[in-house]
Amino acid sequence: MNHDAYPDNYIRGILNSVKSIAMVGASPVNVRPSYFAFKYLAQRGYDMIPINPGHVGKDLLGKPFVASLSDIGRPVDMIDIFRNSSHIMPVVEEALRLDPLPKVIWMQLGARDDAAAAKAESVGIKVVMNRCPKIEYGRLSSEISWMGVNSRTLSSKRAPAPTQGMRLSLNRMSVGGGDTAASDRAAKNKTEQS
Amino acid sequence: MSDRLPGFSTLAVHAGAQPDPTTGARATPIYQTTSFVFNDADHAASLFGLQAFGNIYTRIGNPTNAVLEERVAALEGGTAALAVASGHAAQVVVLQQLLQPGDEFIAARKLYGGSINQFTHAFKSFGWNVVWADPDDISSFERAVTPRTKAIFIESIANPAGSITDIEAISTVARKAGVPLIVDNTLASPYLIRPIDHGADIVVHSLTKFLGGHGNSLGGIIVDAGTFDWSTGGKYPMLSEPRPEYHGIRLQETFGNFAFAIACRVLGLRDLGPALSPFNAFMILTGIETLPLRMQKHCDNAKAVAEYLAGHPAVASVSYAGLPSDKYNQLARKYAPKGAGAVFTFSLKGGFDAGVSLVSKLQLFSHLANVGDTRSLVIHPASTTHSQLDDAAKVKSGAGPDVVRLSIGIEDKEDLIADLEQALGA
Repeated sequence: MNHDAYPDNYIRGILNSVKSIAMVGASPVNVRPSYFAFKYLAQRGYDMIPINPGHVGKDLLGKPFVASLSDIGRPVDMIDIFRNSSHIMPVVEEALRLDPLPKVIWMQLGARDDAAAAKAESVGIKVVMNRCPKIEYGRLSSEISWMGVNSRTLSSKRAPAPTQGMRLSLNRMSVGGGDTAASDRAAKNKTEQS
Repeated sequence: MSDRLPGFSTLAVHAGAQPDPTTGARATPIYQTTSFVFNDADHAASLFGLQAFGNIYTRIGNPTNAVLEERVAALEGGTAALAVASGHAAQVVVLQQLLQPGDEFIAARKLYGGSINQFTHAFKSFGWNVVWADPDDISSFERAVTPRTKAIFIESIANPAGSITDIEAISTVARKAGVPLIVDNTLASPYLIRPIDHGADIVVHSLTKFLGGHGNSLGGIIVDAGTFDWSTGGKYPMLSEPRPEYHGIRLQETFGNFAFAIACRVLGLRDLGPALSPFNAFMILTGIETLPLRMQKHCDNAKAVAEYLAGHPAVASVSYAGLPSDKYNQLARKYAPKGAGAVFTFSLKGGFDAGVSLVSKLQLFSHLANVGDTRSLVIHPASTTHSQLDDAAKVKSGAGPDVVRLSIGIEDKEDLIADLEQALGA
């Protein structure tokens, strides 16, 4: 996978197929990006599992915190890592010891570790880096367009009206709507510098 | 369908505009409402806390305006956009995110006269200090950089003479200085030049001009290229530091490569208030659908009129970058190969009096202070748009006393030339 520019169908396929998501680094503080993403994905119907050893015994929006991936005790489809690039590798190594393996490892905006990605991909796990699943979900469902964001999707089909708890029109096929060269260039420059 | 990238004309018609989910309306509805109901208290709290995407109040966002924002972001190749009440409002909102009192920004000396005024007087009262540089001398930008510099501002095609700015060279200076490059792309429109492709980090427009195209609606827009890293060195606290207005959210870490557009919306538009009317957004959107067709006609007509004027005995000189003899022709070929725009100046051998006489005799050209209309327009900048500059600054900005500015419309070029012929000849 070219991790500088993901095809929409790759991201769409992941968001359509996974049901459970373990979020490593989920925060109970309601202004942290991980809290935003956790709440949003839970509202879209994903089975969310917050992983944070500092908050075991408490819960996040009704879901009990779990100390580590190995403590989940049931299969998970996707691991969403809210950690800096330098802390990615140990999390991926822990994920690779799970049985069964997760189908997807997702690293948040700003997080990228190509060596860890290669390790995961070598055993058939799909990897996404330096993206946010909330933003990607909002983009592909066109929900994010309400914020003036370039969703890069075009469609002549009517989207279902959004209501509480429903999955938006992620299945509606669309034409890619404009390039992302500039934003991907920025992400790449940042990675090369670091 | 695959991830095939659509062309510019397809984006001009479709980007951002999908059939209305509720009614199936194919044209973008005008959501003429101030406010939007919440599903429940948690939904309201999520929206106010920026946790959810959605509509609250039209001063912060509106679904009609959002279509316009996504359309222009797509045409410019940016990650997001924010529509505001005017091009001037766009400039205030952009700089509010970047400058603290006592900071500086570097601006090209060749700008729309209204921008020169805004930067010199209004912004000075905010403690935002403009430092002028010469777009024809790139080293003057380098020399202007200080530790307080927070941004560089240029026009892609510069008012009033239609000169072309070397965006890439100035973007190199900006990158070296660690500041964003802001490009006002009003006179080019993304059909002729896409500044982000040449290194711009932020693009602003007066939508009132070629994008709207019909001279009937004011508007402005800010496009975030998604290219600038706001986190380095704490230089841009509006983006990198916890915002007390939102209980400590850091916008860059939360919104990634469209954080600047979000900052402009939730800190700038929300608090300063220059919201765009949804009706104007609708009018401008309708105009943008035909941007590629209009812009080509504007440019083709402008070239024909410039060639005619260059050969007229009463004309002293013509400044149009589309003419092979023009000093900006090389830059025009590089940055704007489809056409050098439709706004340019010429000077008359008869000086100021001949200019006044010409303007009064023209029958088709309208004498008014706007550009980028379907109609051809004429103005004498020294006595109008640039009148508040002193004489030396007028000459430096290309608006000397003998200069007449034209904005060429989409009429038949033969009729425009005939109108000039009768006005120059008699």
